[in-house]
Amino acid sequence: MGKAKKVGARRKTSGAPAGARGGPAKANSNPFEVKVNRQKFQILGRKTRHDVGLPGVSRARALRKRTQTLLKEYKERDKSNVFRDKRFGEYNSSMSPEEKMMKRFALEQQRHHEKKSIYNLNEDEELTHYGQSLADIEKHNDIVDSDSDAEDRGALSAELTAAHFGGGGGLLHEKTQQEDEEQGKAKSRKELIEELIAKSKQEKRERQAQREDALELTEKLDQDWKEIQTLLSHKTPKSENRDKKEKPKVGAQPAAQGRTARLLTKCWRSAERLRRMLGKDEDENVKKPKHISADDLNDGFVLDKDDRRLLSYKDGKMNVEEDGQEEQSKEASDPESNEEEGDSSGREDTEESDSPDSHSDLESNVESEEENEKPAKEQRQTPGRGPTSGKGRAGKAAGDELPYTFAAPESYEELRSLLLGRSMEEQLLVVERIQKCNHPSLAEGNKAKLEKLFGFLLEYVGDLATDDPPDLRVIDKLVVHLYNLCQMFPESASDAVKFVLRDAMHEMEEMIETKGRATLPGLDVLIYLKITRLLFPTSDFWHPVVTPALVCLSQLLTKCPVLSLQDVVKGLFVCCLFLEYVALSQRFIPELINFLLGILYIATPNKASQGSTLVHPFRALGKNSELLVVSDREDVATWQQSSLSLRWASGLRAPTSTEANHIRLSCLAVGLALLKHCVPMYGSLPSFHAIMGPLRALLTDHLADCSHPQELQELCQSTLTEMESQKQLCRPLTCEKSKPVPLKLFTPRLVKVLEFGRKQGSSKEEQERKRLIHKHKREFKGAVREIRKDNQFLARMQLSEIMERDAERKRKVKQLFNSLATQEGEWKALKRKKFKK
Amino acid sequence: SEDQEEIQEAVRTCSRLFGALLERGELFVGQLPSEEMVMTGSRGAARKYKVWMRHRYHSCGNRLGELLGHPSFQVKELALSALMKFVQLEGAHPLEKSKWEGNYLFPRELFKLVVGGLLSPEEDQSLLLSQFREYLDYDDTRYHTMQAAVEAVARVTGQHPEVPPAFWNNTFTLLSAVSLPRQEPTVSSFYVKRTELWDTWKVAHLKEHRKAFQTMWLSFLKHKLPLSLYKKVLLITHDAILPQLAQPTLMIDFLTRACDLGGALSLLALNGLFILIHKHNLEYPDFYRKLYGLLDPSVFHVKYRARFFHLADLFLSSSHLPAYLVAAFAKRLARLALTAPPEALLMVLPFICNLLRRHPACRVLVHRPHGPELDADPYDPGEKDPAQSRALESSLWELQALQRHYHPEVSKAASVINQALSVPEVSIAPLLELTAYEIFERDLKKKGSEPVPLEFIPAQGLLGRPGELCAQHFTLS
Repeated sequence: MGKAKKVGARRKTSGAPAGARGGPAKANSNPFEVKVNRQKFQILGRKTRHDVGLPGVSRARALRKRTQTLLKEYKERDKSNVFRDKRFGEYNSSMSPEEKMMKRFALEQQRHHEKKSIYNLNEDEELTHYGQSLADIEKHNDIVDSDSDAEDRGALSAELTAAHFGGGGGLLHEKTQQEDEEQGKAKSRKELIEELIAKSKQEKRERQAQREDALELTEKLDQDWKEIQTLLSHKTPKSENRDKKEKPKVGAQPAAQGRTARLLTKCWRSAERLRRMLGKDEDENVKKPKHISADDLNDGFVLDKDDRRLLSYKDGKMNVEEDGQEEQSKEASDPESNEEEGDSSGREDTEESDSPDSHSDLESNVESEEENEKPAKEQRQTPGRGPTSGKGRAGKAAGDELPYTFAAPESYEELRSLLLGRSMEEQLLVVERIQKCNHPSLAEGNKAKLEKLFGFLLEYVGDLATDDPPDLRVIDKLVVHLYNLCQMFPESASDAVKFVLRDAMHEMEEMIETKGRATLPGLDVLIYLKITRLLFPTSDFWHPVVTPALVCLSQLLTKCPVLSLQDVVKGLFVCCLFLEYVALSQRFIPELINFLLGILYIATPNKASQGSTLVHPFRALGKNSELLVVSDREDVATWQQSSLSLRWASGLRAPTSTEANHIRLSCLAVGLALLKHCVPMYGSLPSFHAIMGPLRALLTDHLADCSHPQELQELCQSTLTEMESQKQLCRPLTCEKSKPVPLKLFTPRLVKVLEFGRKQGSSKEEQERKRLIHKHKREFKGAVREIRKDNQFLARMQLSEIMERDAERKRKVKQLFNSLATQEGEWKALKRKKFKK
Repeated sequence: SEDQEEIQEAVRTCSRLFGALLERGELFVGQLPSEEMVMTGSRGAARKYKVWMRHRYHSCGNRLGELLGHPSFQVKELALSALMKFVQLEGAHPLEKSKWEGNYLFPRELFKLVVGGLLSPEEDQSLLLSQFREYLDYDDTRYHTMQAAVEAVARVTGQHPEVPPAFWNNTFTLLSAVSLPRQEPTVSSFYVKRTELWDTWKVAHLKEHRKAFQTMWLSFLKHKLPLSLYKKVLLITHDAILPQLAQPTLMIDFLTRACDLGGALSLLALNGLFILIHKHNLEYPDFYRKLYGLLDPSVFHVKYRARFFHLADLFLSSSHLPAYLVAAFAKRLARLALTAPPEALLMVLPFICNLLRRHPACRVLVHRPHGPELDADPYDPGEKDPAQSRALESSLWELQALQRHYHPEVSKAASVINQALSVPEVSIAPLLELTAYEIFERDLKKKGSEPVPLEFIPAQGLLGRPGELCAQHFTLS
């Protein structure tokens, strides 16, 4: 019994020495009482708890503790009666003494108020206030008072406590002490509460007013927007651009929202295009796929437009017009943003920085755009509204004759048989109806059918291009359908385009392997390349379709020698395409420069100066080295500048010598124009003059020879001056500073200091187990020592008891002996006396 | 006799007949007297018979030699095998007296006839020569072929003022077929059966073979050869000819001549020269200047591009070249890269970077932190001498321009110079044979992570919007 209790007692009081230790240690600084535990090694960062010991003090403390606990128990060891204090909360340590007093007082009161008898009516008399007993309130207040005394530095604000606890404010505090001023106190409370209510009501009113204000403002803005919108539908998109920013905040009607969304998509797309052009890795755009899905709205959008056009023309017209405008404005502002922003990741940023800039840019383009708009509009509408458009009278008749539904062709032959032999309008109508009848939303397998249709159409276009004469007009119109289909099925469309490109390249590669050189392919390949440019963004840094197409173009320009005038036309078309591919990204094309150099070379009659070196497809000497030289004065005089016809590229059958000469001059003109286009584009390249050096030498040759017509000479001259005016600063190159490589550092091995020994390197559970074992051992030892000390203490006590008892007995025996001796003495004296007598 | 069958039969019969006679020793041995003299003379019948038979044998050999030029290949082949059989038998049973013991005897005249027939100036004998090739495995035939070839070349060039190309081709085929064993063979293999070997015989020594080999080639190469042959010779120079010559430096005449021809030939010649310089201590100060001169824009478009850059890499691999030279090469290549197609660029850009890596002194070309701004490029592209080209004062702005190349990989390759160059060199070996078609295929196969981006400007027609280039310069009608 004793052990557990003793240990428990010891543990319970173990808090006390910690507090007590500080006091005595400081108080008596007698060095003779201090025992210093010397340390063998100084270890940095180790906290020592037992460097100094006070043996005397701790012994005294232990002794005191034992006398208080163990000795008491020992002394009462044979007693069974217990003294218990039955006062309320006497043994409850969680209550403060004040609380105890309160409770006791309350209990006493309660006992006091208990009815002695139900007949004693007077006793029940109680004063009330608002249905509450005043006495109760009084008591309550008292409690609060005592509370507030304790919680004076509590976090609750005075107001809050006032509201919730019935007014314990600092003001009232004094008054409540005195019972006389009960009235005044009640009044002030009431006032307070009223004040509170008023305040909250006011706040509510204010909030409501604000909300109403906001509502009004929004409505007003909405109305404003409506007005602007009606204006907008007739005006240029510029104003729209301007308003774009505030619109999202307002959150207007769905129509406007849709437009905003579209505009934003456009902006986002151009930003996206820019990002791809720079070849940034898209780690920052994690939510891209989501945007694409918003973009997917697009294919629905294309079809929607078709439907709408059929339903109401006016609406559709408006829509088309806007689209065109928006796109053109976008197009115009694109290069602007290119130069401006290195990396614009947020689309809002691009948009905002774009809009102020694009105005000036737009202004300059306005005339050309307005011109462009009309034909563009017509072109766009013809496929949809073939029957109703002005010139399509015959088409309408044809449309009536055609069946309204077409099954999607399963093979290329099927499509060909459907389309062959019909007029252009009919063909387009057929293609459109096939698309409509097989819209993916109508049936399950339609998606695959339309995907196939794209491939077939592409093949058909190739066939048309190889025909003699090529049916370019139909291709021109079919391109729009190809574009729409491509927007619906990007993956399959890109695969189809890749397929035709691979075919073309394969053919060329075979020819190179067998003959050592290739000839420029037919018009179909050129048209495929052009279509690629129309369907896919060519400014991307890397694009699954466009990059191979670029390689293909480069092959055309490097591997195919120019043998005839036809080849020259084709080559120039390829150059044109190449430049269009890089129009936005402004990338450098060595092959193109070489080819233009070659074109200029074969147009130079006397090769006196050798400032230039030709590269591969052209030879410095040979039968084709003067292909473009025109010697006939008369033809030179009659030539008029005109654009080249693509028909010449396919079948140029024995034109008259005058015609041929005119074509030669036109080719030269186009070559020069392309060169002129290149000059500002590549002007910023660091080695511009090295690139253009050979061309410059040739151009000066051209100028020296005066056999060319006036226009060409002027073109030469202007190109030359532009070339020379390109200022160039040669700043020496420097590498980017790379981060200095940090020295190899050995990070310290951090080891958890365990309470027991150095047994590291085991698992956590094992460590925990060991720790517990160790602790147990130590505690056990401590307990044993304590028990031993207890026993010693008890033994000492018993000994002292025994000693005391013995001393007492001795004393008593002595006393007895004394008394006996006195008795004996007295008796002897008496006897002696008696004897004497 | 016109019939092929008959000729073949006749050749077979002759070979069998004279073969038997030779083995039996029924032919006259020694200096052959003229036929009439012997016939009219009063010697024994046996001797007359022998002399007569020897004369018939002689004329038969001549006739067979003529047959080597017969249009039918079967006949040629048969004639050749018959002749070689005669050579073998005559070697074993020589027709001349041995002057001393261990005298080396070989039917030289007959063999000369064979070689002369093979090196015909009129027609292409390459098929027959490939048949003949098997005899060249034997030491003695090889040795004597080499000797006979020298004489044949001298004879033909002496006779004809204009040597027909067929002869040169035949000669080259024969010469290139000769290959010496790498080390002294332990047992000489002889075509003619010998009973014992003598150490004094020249045939048995590789050194003599080498000498013969050298005279053969030099006598061949000292003449003015057709260009195609130059190429063929140069192609085998470095691994078939040079190592087996007794004195390789003698080839320098030929190589310098080839070097001046230009184009691929000069490159190949430079390869030979490089080996001479590298392995045989040849002094040739103009070497790098010549190589520098070979760099012109067409170098990226020619068929031997891979070989060219492989060799150029080899020539410039030494880290002890002067910095000005390497800088001139790097600058020149960069300048030329401005006209190169992507497949060449993908190879030449790492090439230039490797040069810079190898020669830290040239890094100023891409990293000149406090250099002054210049008005123009100090590099002089027209200068023939790399030392005078001032390349070290320049920077590789061309690479900076190529960072805007349209092909993404080229652009990336050119952007390497933006950072400090990494230490290990990039191996250009896999890039040497790269073709545009391979790049094309690779680009096609590469899969992007995102869906295919699309053009968002709707198409309006084939030529695009009116403002665009195609629409400006081309019409559909």
